[in-house]
Amino acid sequence: MGKGFFNMRRKNAISGYLFIAPFVLGFLAFMAYPLYQTFRMVFSTVSLDFANNEFAMRWIGIENINRAIRIDPFFVQYMTEELIAMALLVIPVIIFSLFVAILLNRKFPGRGFVRAVFFLPVILASGVMVGIETNNTLLAMVSDQIQEQNAMRANITGVVERLLSDQFGAGVGEEFIEYILEMINQIYAIAMASGIPIVIFLAGLQTINPSIYEAASIEGATGWENFWKITFPMISPMILVVVVYAIVDFMSRTDGQVMEMIDEQINLFRDFGYGSTIAVIYFLVIAIILAIVGLIISRLVYYYD
Amino acid sequence: MARNRATDGYLFKRDIGRVFVGIFTVILLFGLCFVILQPLLHQFSNSIMSQDDLFDRTVIAIPRYPTFANYRLAVELMDYWGSVLRSLGVTFGVALLQIAACTLVAYGFARFDFPLKRFWFACVILTIIVPPHIIRSALFLNFRFFDVFGMINLIRGDPLNLLDTLQGYLVLSATAMGLRNGLYIFMLRQYFRNMPKELEESAWVDGCGKLRTFIQIMLPDAVPIIISCFLFAFVWQWTDGFYSGMFLRHFNMMSLQMGSLGDMFITHYRMTAVGGEGMLNPPLATIEAIISTGVLMGIAPIIIIYLFAQRFFVESVGQSGIKM
Repeated sequence: MGKGFFNMRRKNAISGYLFIAPFVLGFLAFMAYPLYQTFRMVFSTVSLDFANNEFAMRWIGIENINRAIRIDPFFVQYMTEELIAMALLVIPVIIFSLFVAILLNRKFPGRGFVRAVFFLPVILASGVMVGIETNNTLLAMVSDQIQEQNAMRANITGVVERLLSDQFGAGVGEEFIEYILEMINQIYAIAMASGIPIVIFLAGLQTINPSIYEAASIEGATGWENFWKITFPMISPMILVVVVYAIVDFMSRTDGQVMEMIDEQINLFRDFGYGSTIAVIYFLVIAIILAIVGLIISRLVYYYD
Repeated sequence: MARNRATDGYLFKRDIGRVFVGIFTVILLFGLCFVILQPLLHQFSNSIMSQDDLFDRTVIAIPRYPTFANYRLAVELMDYWGSVLRSLGVTFGVALLQIAACTLVAYGFARFDFPLKRFWFACVILTIIVPPHIIRSALFLNFRFFDVFGMINLIRGDPLNLLDTLQGYLVLSATAMGLRNGLYIFMLRQYFRNMPKELEESAWVDGCGKLRTFIQIMLPDAVPIIISCFLFAFVWQWTDGFYSGMFLRHFNMMSLQMGSLGDMFITHYRMTAVGGEGMLNPPLATIEAIISTGVLMGIAPIIIIYLFAQRFFVESVGQSGIKM
């Protein structure tokens, strides 16, 4: 047993490494090493020397970080705005996609069509498609004005907002009403970000054994109780997945203010050091948020098996 | 009826409730479908409007004088057919290479035990979480001065410039580091993991080697999920601007053409408009109409793919049984 078993295991290990070899090479060369370089660039200025075909980094300590946090008038503001926007989007995305998934889990005519349409944004709202309308010199200049004009126009939610804040403003708290109304105004953005979450929730819902519901309904449970006592706990591992997905997805959008700032620093000013600095700070902040949220939710998650 | 009376109207109430909830569901879901599809419909109606319709405030969705002039102009400005053909070829090849690499790697993670396996898999997760934008400067510099541990420098005397070359992206694709490749590895691994161990064992007993087991026994079973991943790789590569901008600029990929159509049109307008000595700006509504046209034409191929292969897209995500 001893020697033969060991040989088998070693063979297994070698084959395993042969299979994952492309990834190991790629990861070391195009992820680990660039990450290390990026972290070094945070503390350096980068100068390109095209004549000698090389680039050099000069150590300057925490100057870049200082510039990002203390001097740059936009970075901290943009990042806070992004984080607030993230919270405003991720929470409704989870509620919305769970709601839609539960509705889609029922049988009704045209279900396949509806499911296909909800998944469409995954394919169409990716890469360059985001913000393509204003992606040219003229429209980019006036896009802010157009947005302002649209905001001025009396839309339905605007009217409701005025009515509600006049009536209940003192009682319910204006911030709360504004938050709800903002969610309604955002419905398009929410639907666009919900493609994959809906499918994940649907897959989760379909793994729930129908006999649990049967037993519950014999005991006289109502639909509302069914949801909170069966569906919600059973689907809670999926909530963790969806939260992580939604945060990562939000972060890697190309039209975010911070992402645009990074692009600008690197493509326009060729300031690799500063571009990397804001990229790293932004990523670390989100990674910390991801870790905290993940930890909190994973405490609350219920595993059936 | 008798049963209904016997239950004091409970059954009737329940049926009414069900019908009501059903109608509510259908209205809500189809309404939301409209919300998602509306921009596409709006772009379509914009794209077939003539100048008169664009500035006529009474025309909202259906143009009075529909025209295909925008399409003709966009075809000309974007070099549409050439661009579509090149993009199809490049995207197909790159996606194929990426999925081949990802399948190998995923199989390795799913079916073999080796030291540091958890560590390397954590690295896969890391590639999913870290957006390539973060390491953008380093990637840019590494490919501008491409050098594998100083070896190329030794042979050629100076490092290669792989920016704006297909080779650069092929290297990334072959090493499973292309666009969202971590995700494909994750999905494929999930699938391979769920295959019965007995398959492998009986193959081994029959004297089938590891590679042959993979190619002849495991691979045929995994064809649907591989197709799904390939389709994802294809459509995401089609709309990608990050890697395309870095490596594939000279191919005039569709994604880049769509992105620059607005500016191309402005230049074209200035060149052809009468008077103003080439400084005249086109009206904004006209720019929007031409961009809508370009976007619709640019995404037409992937919409067609989605129409036919919708099942592969939607079901694969559920199939992979994501859990944490």
